[in-house]
Amino acid sequence: MEMSGEYRIPAPREKVWAALNDPAILKACIPGCESLDMASPTEMTAKVVAKIGPVKATFTGKVHLNDIVPPESYTISGEGQGGVAGFAKGGAEVKLTPDGAGTLLVYHAKAQIGGKLAQLGARLIDSTAKMMADQFFAKFAELAGGGAEDETDTAPAAAAVSAAPASAGTAAPAPAPAATPAAAPRTSAPPAGAATPPAKSGGIPSWIWIVAALALALIVWKLKA
Amino acid sequence: MGMEGIGQRVVRKEDKRFITGKGKYTDDVKLVGMTHAHFVRSPHAHAKVVSIDSAAALAMPGVIAVLTGAELVADRIGNLICGWMVHSKDGSPMKMGAYPAMAPETVRYVGQAVAVVIAETKNQARDAAEAVTVEYEELPAATTVAAALASDAPQLHPEAPGNRVYEWSIGDKAATETAFSGAAHVVSMDITNNRLVPNPMEPRSAVANYDSGDDALTLWTTSQNPHVARLVLSAFYNIAPEHKLRVIAPDVGGGFGSKIYIYPEEIVCLWASRKVNRPIKWTSDRTEAFLTDAHGRDHVSKAEMAFDADHKILGLRVHTYANFGAYMSLFSSSVPTYLYATLLSGQYVIPAIYAEVDGVYTNTVPVDAYRGAGRPEATYLLERMMETAARQFGLDPVDLRRKNFITSFPYQTPVIMTYDAGDYNASLDAALKAIDYAGFPARKAAAAARGKLRGIGFSCYIEACGIAPSKAVGSLGAGVGLWESAEVRVNPVGTVEVLTGSHSHGQGHETTFAQLISERLGIGIDQVSIVHGDTDKVQFGMGTYGSRSGAVGMSAIVKAMDKVEAKARKIAAHLMEAAEGDIVIEGGEFKVAGTDKKMPFALVALAAYTGHNLPDGMEPGLKEGAFYDPTNFTFPAGTYVCEVEIDADTGKTEVVNFVAADDFGRMINPMIVEGQVHGGLAQGIGQALLEGTVYSDDGQLMTASYMDYCMPRADDLPSFDLHHTTTLCPGNPLGIKGCGEAGAIGSPPAVINAITDAIGHNDMSMPATPAKVWAAIHGRAAAE
Repeated sequence: MEMSGEYRIPAPREKVWAALNDPAILKACIPGCESLDMASPTEMTAKVVAKIGPVKATFTGKVHLNDIVPPESYTISGEGQGGVAGFAKGGAEVKLTPDGAGTLLVYHAKAQIGGKLAQLGARLIDSTAKMMADQFFAKFAELAGGGAEDETDTAPAAAAVSAAPASAGTAAPAPAPAATPAAAPRTSAPPAGAATPPAKSGGIPSWIWIVAALALALIVWKLKA
Repeated sequence: MGMEGIGQRVVRKEDKRFITGKGKYTDDVKLVGMTHAHFVRSPHAHAKVVSIDSAAALAMPGVIAVLTGAELVADRIGNLICGWMVHSKDGSPMKMGAYPAMAPETVRYVGQAVAVVIAETKNQARDAAEAVTVEYEELPAATTVAAALASDAPQLHPEAPGNRVYEWSIGDKAATETAFSGAAHVVSMDITNNRLVPNPMEPRSAVANYDSGDDALTLWTTSQNPHVARLVLSAFYNIAPEHKLRVIAPDVGGGFGSKIYIYPEEIVCLWASRKVNRPIKWTSDRTEAFLTDAHGRDHVSKAEMAFDADHKILGLRVHTYANFGAYMSLFSSSVPTYLYATLLSGQYVIPAIYAEVDGVYTNTVPVDAYRGAGRPEATYLLERMMETAARQFGLDPVDLRRKNFITSFPYQTPVIMTYDAGDYNASLDAALKAIDYAGFPARKAAAAARGKLRGIGFSCYIEACGIAPSKAVGSLGAGVGLWESAEVRVNPVGTVEVLTGSHSHGQGHETTFAQLISERLGIGIDQVSIVHGDTDKVQFGMGTYGSRSGAVGMSAIVKAMDKVEAKARKIAAHLMEAAEGDIVIEGGEFKVAGTDKKMPFALVALAAYTGHNLPDGMEPGLKEGAFYDPTNFTFPAGTYVCEVEIDADTGKTEVVNFVAADDFGRMINPMIVEGQVHGGLAQGIGQALLEGTVYSDDGQLMTASYMDYCMPRADDLPSFDLHHTTTLCPGNPLGIKGCGEAGAIGSPPAVINAITDAIGHNDMSMPATPAKVWAAIHGRAAAE
């Protein structure tokens, strides 16, 4: 599946940046995030408990950052393993631009899910990912923006769900490394996909991954910085 | 004929326990010290298994063992077999890849087991399975025949280049080409038969118990054929020799073919029980059933039919691609060949037929026989063709069929089968009368006035049941004979136990088989018990599938009863000092014709067991066995007519009238026959309207629960209008043809023919969902 969307964070880019540099904030924002660790400046691992319809599982994921252009953009790719719940993998391009007093975050993502997630959760993934994205950004806006909330009028989740047809380019350049754990020191924990793993394939969207990707991306950013 | 004899609508004896919660199913088995198995399954459709780390799982509470495919191999547990050898047209044997019970190196479909966790409780096993870490190296996957045959397709098995299992053919190619070259009209169609998931009400289950004292194993399992299971487990999988392995298939809640096969889970539970020296239970959950029960159908065909100027059929040419899934299941090879292409003559005189069938591996669940097994695919193809041809010719579809009906018997088709008896006009006439065909235009107009599109569709099906003459199937590649066995044991008090090799998993044998005994001896069915499903109790038998239990299983009982009756007559004649030929059996009594001498059957039985006064040289006892091997298949046939009304605004199809006129030969219990037809029709209408198995391109099963796989419910179905015409089957002593699959075989084309008639658009695939029908009505591409 492919999807794209945008969120407006009610804080100036510097502030967003600072928040992105704070693992504690990211961990607090990712729904169900139990741990978030940096394995290297371009790789992190995370453990997230997610529930998609009838499937509840602990996903461990590993995320990679590529094409990092410090305050503006990067590509994030990763995969999460949920044990018997299945897997998710994918990638996203994320861009930050100043938008008045706030910051606009735009992403385009591709993802694939498998196993029980696909079997039972496929039709629920859109809504679950939307919910998780809402939760993430609501919390992030609160923590990064100090509470200001009017932010995204139409932007939030709604926007996120608008499918972007073409733009297959997204994660394309970067994905390879993600798939190859070898690329990064295997240090610490398991994989990292930040929040959740990516979502599904075959035409069925999976927002989860996006959320995860976004979270990761943010994290990465911070690291980058 | 008594009140409970042949032809009576006797209420089913077994239903009392089924509807009062007293059924005894495999999952009801509880043994002291029993452990529970949970399988770790691949989330990938195609991948190398790089490593399996079970350390964390082993440390969890209650975990006894985590076993993998590598250990199966080390213990020399055999790969799963396919029991029917089919040869390609070039004479080469089919090409099969190894099918291990748990994948040691490569997984080839989502859901394939790679490891099993044995724990004290079911939940502990489930939790621990989540802690087993399997590292995979993903490979590209192919889920459709087209994808698997593409030049750049991933290769599933090194043994099967190009993912081709076989390229088989039947019929006379040259004669068929000649027929087409002389044709006045040729009708051609591309036809897809959708993949189905069987969905018996009871999921599969196995309880394996290793008794170290006797070094013997017992398996309770949801099987349609426990003796075949024991044979295969013993002879091919190296589980235990047959005398050290008991297989019990207790009450089984439906099978539809999916419980014929010996699955990896039973093999693993048996092997693991010996390894951990504890009993082990495994019961499938519903999504596991979607992921592991053998699926059905999944054919893609190109068909062409040649007609002369008078619309008589000259020839039929078919090329079918059968999706076998990732491995060859037990009887999978026979389904799209000998159970399919041999029925392509349908009810019609078709002088020349040539069919090619290519079997193809894909990264999907293995596909095997499912209610009808090949015959629904043949019927759907032919009956869609006939309806399409009639529309192209501007003929009434009834007239086109009637013009081409086979009317004299026996009839030798160009594709092996010899039809023994039938009257296709009779069932067509009965169906037309019941549906009020003449009144259809008025009903259509009335529907139009209500804003509905009404259509009518026909299906004149034939199937081959009574599977099967052993010599014939042996010559076609079957690894087993398909006879049946029976033993009739008369107890000293005159009650009767019938031990049958057939297996009842919903068919009502405990009632119908007892009705046969009641018919023969005049005793009540409450005096008769039917014993089946336990290899320690019952002599070797072949089980139940292919609508064979009446035609083959009961014929074996008839043969055993003949012997019992002959001996009982001798005893009665001796005791009553009469000539054996004068003994008449009536109402449970043995009478001397023309006199008032008589004695109850119970006294004859008692005399046989006391042995005090038997004819000189006669052995005591009254118990006889028999094996019956049929001489031919049986050929149930009939006409189904479906009327639908479609809401053009929503595309929703409602089946408003459904007539089934079947010729099943003799019916033992018409009520049970009707129940079988009702169930079959529901499944066939489900296939036509609702059920579709969807894989994503990368091999994820998207329809793995009832949230996404739509089963037919009562409100999707009309009140069926059933009729029977009867020509007795000359091939077996009771004249039975079989009724278990007809409904599922005959109904799908009737529904689709009705829908396409209603919307005036001939192109419609199954399932005909509202989205597809709406798109067809409005000339849009259907959104999948």
